[in-house]
Amino acid sequence: MAIKTPIYMDYHATTPVDPRVLEAMLPYFTKIFGNAASRNHSFGWEAEEAVENGRAQIARLINATPKEIVFTSGATESNNLALKGAAEMYREKGNHIITQVTEHKAVLDTCKRLEKYGYEVTYLPVEKDGRINLDDLRRAITPKTIIISIMYANNEIGVVQPIPEIGKIAKEKGVLFHVDGVQATGKIPVDVQGDNIDMLSISGHKIYGPKGVGALYVRRRNPRVQLSAIIDGGGHERGMRSGTLNVTGIVGLGKACEICQQEMPTESVRMLALRTRLQKGLEAKLDEVYINGSMEHRLPNNLNMSFAFVEGESLLMGINDVAVSSGSACTSATLEPSYVLKALGVGEDLAHTSIRFGLGRFNTEEEVDYVTSRMVEVVSRLRELSPLYEMAKEGIDISKMQWGATAGSH
Amino acid sequence: MAYSDKVIEHYNHPRNVGSLPKEDPNVGTGLVGAPECGDVMKLQMKINPETQIIEEAKFKTFGCGSAIASSSLATEWVKGKTVDEALAIKNTDIVRELSLPPVKIHCSVLAEDAIKAAIGDWKKKKGEGAEAK
Repeated sequence: MAIKTPIYMDYHATTPVDPRVLEAMLPYFTKIFGNAASRNHSFGWEAEEAVENGRAQIARLINATPKEIVFTSGATESNNLALKGAAEMYREKGNHIITQVTEHKAVLDTCKRLEKYGYEVTYLPVEKDGRINLDDLRRAITPKTIIISIMYANNEIGVVQPIPEIGKIAKEKGVLFHVDGVQATGKIPVDVQGDNIDMLSISGHKIYGPKGVGALYVRRRNPRVQLSAIIDGGGHERGMRSGTLNVTGIVGLGKACEICQQEMPTESVRMLALRTRLQKGLEAKLDEVYINGSMEHRLPNNLNMSFAFVEGESLLMGINDVAVSSGSACTSATLEPSYVLKALGVGEDLAHTSIRFGLGRFNTEEEVDYVTSRMVEVVSRLRELSPLYEMAKEGIDISKMQWGATAGSH
Repeated sequence: MAYSDKVIEHYNHPRNVGSLPKEDPNVGTGLVGAPECGDVMKLQMKINPETQIIEEAKFKTFGCGSAIASSSLATEWVKGKTVDEALAIKNTDIVRELSLPPVKIHCSVLAEDAIKAAIGDWKKKKGEGAEAK
C-alpha cells in the first residue's frame, strides 16, 4: 500500500476528531440543539441529558463522580480556573504555590500572574530525566502552601511525573493538588482517587475529541475543593464556570473519553510498539542521536530525540511531508530553544537539534518506517553540510571551542 | 513559516558545499556563529595572491534553512570577485535576494561576517608569510 503524505506525527499538539466521536456529536448541532440550562422544555432536557452523559463518561475515565466535572473551553482555561480559583478561595489560608519548571505555559504564566497579585510561587527544578525530586517538593512545602500544581506528563518529552507519590505528600500536608492531565489522560491510567488528585485539567482535542472543550475535575469529598469563578455570569457549573454549555463539544469530549477508556489497554501497547520501532530504526542508522528525558517514565506515544550537528528547523524543512515539531529556537516565537530541554540540562547546542515525535491512533507501521527513512536521509544530508559534524569527525571537541557569536540577535 | 522560493532552492540544492585545505596559504577560513545559538557557518575561499581574485569558495553550515541559503548564496557571489568586491557585499543584499523575513536577518549578518572572517584569515596568513620572509 502506498503511503499517503503528509504524515501526521504531532499528536501532542492536537489530534483529529475520531470519526466515532464526530458521529456522536452531529445530532447535537441541528436536531438536539437546546440550551442545557433551559429547564422548561424538552429541547433543554435533551441537551441536559447529553451533558450529563458526557460528564459521566469523563468521570469514569478518571475514577471520579460526574458532579466533580466542570466543563470549560479547554485545558488552558481549566488550568487558569484551578490555580486562580483556588488561590483566591484559599487566600486566607496562605499565599504559596508550588509548581515545576517544565509545566505548560498555561500553568507557568498563570503562576506568574498570581505572583503579581502577591502570591509566592516556588518553581521546582527537574532532574536530568525530567522528573521532580520528591525531597525538593517536601522541603518546599510551608504552612503557607495552598496549591501544588504538577503536570501528569510533559507535552514535549512525554515524561510522566511521580503523581501518586506527590498526591500522597500533598494529602499528608493538607495542600491541594492540581494536575495538568492534558497529555496523560486517555493515554495512561489516571485515577484521581488512587493518585490523591484534587483538581485535574483535561482537554478534548488531545484525545481525539473536538477543540474548544475541556474539563476540570474538582474534588467534592475529602476534601471538598471550592473555587472562585474566573468567568462570571449565569452561574452554570455550580457557579464555578458561567456560560452556556458547549453541548456538542461536551458530547464529543465524553465520547472521546469513553473510547480512550475502552481502547487504552490495546492502544497503549500499539503506541509503545510503534515508538520502539521508530527509536530502534533511527538508532540503527544514525550515530550521535540522544533521547531527551526518561525512557522508563514516559508516555508510550512520545519520542523526543536530538540529532546532533543538525539544526532542528532545517531538519523540519527537509522532511516537509512529515508533521513533527522541534525544540529549536528557530521554530519558536521567542527565538529561544525549548525551556523544557534546558531544564533537563540538555545543552543549547543539542536543544537546537531536537525533534518531538508524537504518535497517535491513526499512525501505522508503514508510516513509522517511512518517517524513519526520511529522517535518516535528511539527517545524513544535513550532516554532510554541517561544519560541526565535520569537526566532530576530525576529533575536535566543539564544546571546548571558543565561539565568537558575532551575528544578530543571540 | 513559509520560506521564499529562493531559500528553498538553495536549501534543496546548496551550491559549493565542502571544504578547502585549511593549511593552504591561499585559503582563508571563516568560522562564525555558535552551536548554542543554533547557527555555525564555515566559509572558505581560495584567493589568488597576484590578482586578489576569489577563485574558489566552499561552505558548510549548521543552521536553519535561511542560514544554509545565506551561506550558499554567499559562496556563489564571492566566486570570481576580488577581495575588495567581496568585502563590499552587505547583509542587506542577501536579505533582498532571498526575501528573508525580519526574524531571519541574523542569518544574513552571519553570512556577511563569514565572508569578512574568511578574508581576514587569508590576509592574516599572507601577512605572517611576508614577515617570515
